Amino acid sequence: MMTSIFQATIEFLKAFWAPLLCGVAIVAVLPLIVGYIVLVERKLMADMQARLGPMRVGPHGLLQPIADAVKLLIKEDIIPDNADKLVFWLAPVLSVGAALLSLAGLAIGPAFQIAQDINIGILFVVGVSALGIFGIVLGGWASNSHYSLMGALRSSAQLVSYETAAGMALVSALLFTGTLNIKSIVEAQNKEGIWFVMLAPVAFFTYLVASIAETNRAPFDLPEAESELVAGYMTEFSGFRWSLYFLAEYANMIVVASVATTLFLGGWLRPFAKFHELPGFHWLNFLDFVPLLLMVVVGVYCVQRVPKQPTRVQQLFMLVVAGLCFVLGLVLLAPVVVPIAKPFYAGIHGGFWFIFKVSLYIYFFMWLRFTIPRYRFDQLMRLGWHFLIPLSIINVLLVGVALIAGSYLNLHGWGLLLVTTPAAIVTLIVAFLILAMEKERNAPQDQAAESDFYAG
Amino acid sequence: MLPIGHYLFLSLALFIIGVVGVVTRRNVIVVLMSIELILNAVNINLVAFSRLYGDVAGQVFALFIIADAAAEAAVGLGIIIAFFRNRETVLADEMDLLKW
Amino acid sequence: MLDKALFYFFAGIAVVSAVLMVTRRNVVHSAIFLITALLATAGIFLQLRAEFLFIVQIILYVGGIMVLFVFVIMLVNLDVALQQIQFARQKWVALFVALALAGQVGLMFWTSGKMPGQGLPVLTAAAAAKLPPNSETVARSLFESYLLPFEIASVLLLVAMIGAVVMAKKRA
Repeated sequence: MMTSIFQATIEFLKAFWAPLLCGVAIVAVLPLIVGYIVLVERKLMADMQARLGPMRVGPHGLLQPIADAVKLLIKEDIIPDNADKLVFWLAPVLSVGAALLSLAGLAIGPAFQIAQDINIGILFVVGVSALGIFGIVLGGWASNSHYSLMGALRSSAQLVSYETAAGMALVSALLFTGTLNIKSIVEAQNKEGIWFVMLAPVAFFTYLVASIAETNRAPFDLPEAESELVAGYMTEFSGFRWSLYFLAEYANMIVVASVATTLFLGGWLRPFAKFHELPGFHWLNFLDFVPLLLMVVVGVYCVQRVPKQPTRVQQLFMLVVAGLCFVLGLVLLAPVVVPIAKPFYAGIHGGFWFIFKVSLYIYFFMWLRFTIPRYRFDQLMRLGWHFLIPLSIINVLLVGVALIAGSYLNLHGWGLLLVTTPAAIVTLIVAFLILAMEKERNAPQDQAAESDFYAG
Repeated sequence: MLPIGHYLFLSLALFIIGVVGVVTRRNVIVVLMSIELILNAVNINLVAFSRLYGDVAGQVFALFIIADAAAEAAVGLGIIIAFFRNRETVLADEMDLLKW
Repeated sequence: MLDKALFYFFAGIAVVSAVLMVTRRNVVHSAIFLITALLATAGIFLQLRAEFLFIVQIILYVGGIMVLFVFVIMLVNLDVALQQIQFARQKWVALFVALALAGQVGLMFWTSGKMPGQGLPVLTAAAAAKLPPNSETVARSLFESYLLPFEIASVLLLVAMIGAVVMAKKRA
């Protein structure tokens, strides 16, 4: 018995050592990445509110995430008196586990993917990340607090409603590919030479809105609305457990951003990747130098800021950051100019573009958060059920019709726009009709909105 | 080599546990959950045989069963909520509106 | 070997958590153990190389139905229910049913003399890679051979949806 278990383990390790290592790397690095996303968010918020943001720890607050992490780890771990101990322990782990597991299915560039070429790729990512909701619901319940329970109920209602819309949006994009495999999806966009965001703009919009709701971000952050529910389902969590929830939330952001990038924004493809083959469009290849330029600009800025740093250590640190940027720039330049490094072009630049697009998507999330006030719960529900879900279903229908028309007319690539644009326009008209109907129906009793007891 | 009997026994075990749950528990929600377990046990059988004979039909029927389970859960939970609103209980033996 | 280890792993989890699900007092604990059992079953599906069913199980069963269950559990008041007796007086019926079922299947195995079937073919990784893609085959079968049942299932879901809305709606 023991030997057989041992044998099985050896067999398992032999077959899967590389993905296992990558997985461990992701688990190790992700908290750091999340910490820096949080730093960027705070800096951005400060910028939009004409403040400086964190400045104390490290130059420009560059070491703030590490200080925060240390603070969270050494905080007292409080368990409420009547909390359900098992579930209270399980919930944050579940939340972060689901988020990390779904990262495994993503392809960051054509070379880097942990779960290589799984047949159900995109469904795996979406489905497993949806399991995180149990972490929220059970955590809210186990805290034995009314605020937490309210947050949990809101969260489950919200996620169930918006997952439908998000799924429908995914379906309309998947209609173009005919496969669920993540790599094949991106390659289909490469073959067509056009990203699906152009072919299915309404689906992209639907997914954008639904993904904000799914990650519990403002303006849909009802489950943790601090002005109503203290901190929603996280109210009773402190220290390490709380940071797990935090990690899960940001990892989920990365996941939805990656799904949107893969499906709608061309994954790891460079903009106009197909165009440089056409005569007269060769100048578009300057885009290959954009990664280098970006890195150089950041590096030069860092060097320029060095004299302004107060202490010697901070000056050195700034120089190190600048040096890192230059090295990264060189790495990104190498595949373009050095012939030997050519084979790595797809991997390195693919990774860059993928991360770049994901960052833009997350930046958009942050931008929205600081711009739009929070929705009321019944407004949120109405938006989901009365607007987004009908819109996305109609969109699936019309995109299907457009695709059939396209196949009759034998359209490919940019030619598909001829049929999908009318479909999108019709969908938009329907959307405005729905909105008008809604307005008419809700105008008189908007004030006396139904007060469900989970609405807080 | 993994004989099909392994899957049948697993399925049987889950099925029996589900039946025992349905018969013994008072809480209707747990009864409904036990029914889900029973449906799940059936799915294991279908998929195992689908693999044994290399025929995908078993998996298709498992899909139908999952859809069925979804419908059953939705209606069942709706009934539970309606009943809870009227009688303030979720216990099976207190659902006696039709007998006295 | 790996196949076997995976099967016993998932089967063990499934059975143990199913037993715990039926015996726990607290309904939320029951729900958690049912989720565990369902996830373990999803693992069994994956071990049987039914990837599409695996993800359907996770998305629909765990991510959909069980969320609904947990939601309803939280809506109905738990504190009262916890203090009541959790088991009806039907233990003997349950025992009888369980024994009868077990006996029936045992009889089936006994009369057929051995386990039915020679066992599932074990695939090497290379052979498994050559299998036709699972989701595509399922889709083809679903939309070609079983189109009518599929449509009927969708009508069933529609009916269930309307039924659930009517049931759970507050009477004005």
